[in-house]
Amino acid sequence: MSANLIAGVFDNENDVLHAAEETKAQGLSIYDIYTPYPIHGLEKAMDLKPSRLTFVCFILAFMGLLFAILLQFWIGSIDWPLNVGGRPFNSLPAYLPVAFELTVLFGGVGVTLVMLFRNKLFPGKKSKQVDICATDDRFIIVVEQNDSSVSMSKIEEYWKKYNPVEVKSLDGDEI
Amino acid sequence: MANTYSILRKPLIKGDKSLNTVTNDVLRPLDRKPTSLWWATFLFAVSFLLLGVIAIAYQIKTGIGTWGLNKTVGWAFDITNFVFWVGIGHAGTLISAILFLFRQRWRTSINRSAEAMTLFAVMCAGLFPIIHMGRPWLFYWIIPYPNFRGPLWVNFRSPLLWDFFAISTYFTISAVFWYIGLLPDWATLRDKATSKVKKKIYGILSFGWKGSFRAWHRYETVYMLLAALAAPLVLSVHTIVSMDFATSIIPGWHTTIFPPYFVAGAVFSGFAMVLTLIIIARKVMGYEEYITIDHIEKMCKIILLTGGIVGLAYGTEMFMAWYSVNTYERFAFINRALGPYSWAYWIMVTCNVLLPQLLWFKKIRRNIVLIFIMSIIINIGMWFERFVIIVTSLHRDFIPSSWAMYQPTLIEIATLLGSFGLFFTCFLLFARFVPFIAISEVKGILSYARKNGKEVKS
Repeated sequence: MSANLIAGVFDNENDVLHAAEETKAQGLSIYDIYTPYPIHGLEKAMDLKPSRLTFVCFILAFMGLLFAILLQFWIGSIDWPLNVGGRPFNSLPAYLPVAFELTVLFGGVGVTLVMLFRNKLFPGKKSKQVDICATDDRFIIVVEQNDSSVSMSKIEEYWKKYNPVEVKSLDGDEI
Repeated sequence: MANTYSILRKPLIKGDKSLNTVTNDVLRPLDRKPTSLWWATFLFAVSFLLLGVIAIAYQIKTGIGTWGLNKTVGWAFDITNFVFWVGIGHAGTLISAILFLFRQRWRTSINRSAEAMTLFAVMCAGLFPIIHMGRPWLFYWIIPYPNFRGPLWVNFRSPLLWDFFAISTYFTISAVFWYIGLLPDWATLRDKATSKVKKKIYGILSFGWKGSFRAWHRYETVYMLLAALAAPLVLSVHTIVSMDFATSIIPGWHTTIFPPYFVAGAVFSGFAMVLTLIIIARKVMGYEEYITIDHIEKMCKIILLTGGIVGLAYGTEMFMAWYSVNTYERFAFINRALGPYSWAYWIMVTCNVLLPQLLWFKKIRRNIVLIFIMSIIINIGMWFERFVIIVTSLHRDFIPSSWAMYQPTLIEIATLLGSFGLFFTCFLLFARFVPFIAISEVKGILSYARKNGKEVKS
């Protein structure tokens, strides 16, 4: 991270939401916001698009469905045709329960793994935090200072009316 | 929205709490040494678990001839316990997934513990079919994988196989959903930890979560997706369990109302178990301001609804037995209510239909002691429901000369007690080592019906 980062620490959700909106209105780009719980409205301030994970989930679930149906058809009528009560070998209704379960299994487990991968979360990851209070009771906006015209004092001024607990400059490699 | 507040609604969490207070309140029982009460209950549960381990070892070594089954009653205690435990699990998923989709925000105080209960109940349930296989060490044969036995495949037309897929998917998805919900709380624990070892352990468990909103954004999407997948899943699980019976041609089992009837019964019994656990936990762990009397009342209303559906199902079954003009069906139901197992039938009706009607009264719904007793009564009633459905339908079949009675052996009773031991051992360990309440989710609803953190007096 070459750009300098400036962090503002807030202590309630209204302040951080309004400060983030103000930051956006001033044309600054928000690097990230650290919060103890998700706050609705921040995604607009950060220009985050709706996540594409729903689409990923659909694809994975569909693959699960396809896999289950093909597996059962192949086993039931090609590899091991078994006469159960004189029923046809290819009987879709009997295959639906397993097909449904595998749809859910593939979709659910798959999308969770993709989410962890996209968020770069895994066991043993070392996380660098601006302030460890962000998992307790502090809300932290981190702004990229990639333009020298945006001085720290100017950002402090934008945030002033939202009662920041602290405004500090971070070294690029701190988070 | 962050700014809005309602003067009509009451806050979901009592007391004027700050975010920091929530963290400290929830984590307090984890930081202090286990109390003597915890040790006493834990040792009690572990001794039951040991009893179960001994009983299971004995019956696996000797064979399932140690059970009280006979030629007529080939399914009894074991499958009763299986259906009972799977049913218990359903409340956890209903709370964590279905109430989430319905935007019932009060669920945040109880979803963590209810979902943990689900996991442990499903573990207990899984125990019984695996023992029933007779050779549990070959249990993996039920997984369809290319093998050197032919290849010999499983029978995809068997409801018992559907059960395997349903239960294992249910356990996996519940575990994933539960753990994903835990990530932010592990991170809170990591950042609050004082010792290096704890920091390390919680650091690994938290997957390096740091509360980045970019991560939250995806996290929330996945949380919603998992809820949307778990909601039909939980309905499918007990539907498939009911098909173990409904797809057979035994009078008393061969009915189309089984799936909704079983699902409602599962939620009914599951909520009763949640209440049993939570009423004690909130008192002992000091969570009375988080799991309030309003939470308990709301759960009582769900019990009343699902109990009503169960009562309706009992009535429908009786009516259809008469209306179908099917001799065998009629006999099965008359035998249920008036035959040698009528005592079990009437315990079932009293515990599941008659007594829960008291919950229509608000005074009773808000009386902790009565609700606790009621929750245990419902658990007993729902256990008997499964016993009645299974044993009474089998013990007097089409040929009177083969009629028989069934009585559980001590080994079977010890296995049931052992499953309770397993359940409570797991739950007590959970209460000791894992945040009992979802910290980050409760923080999210703290501003609900409050202005600037204070309750609005209308």
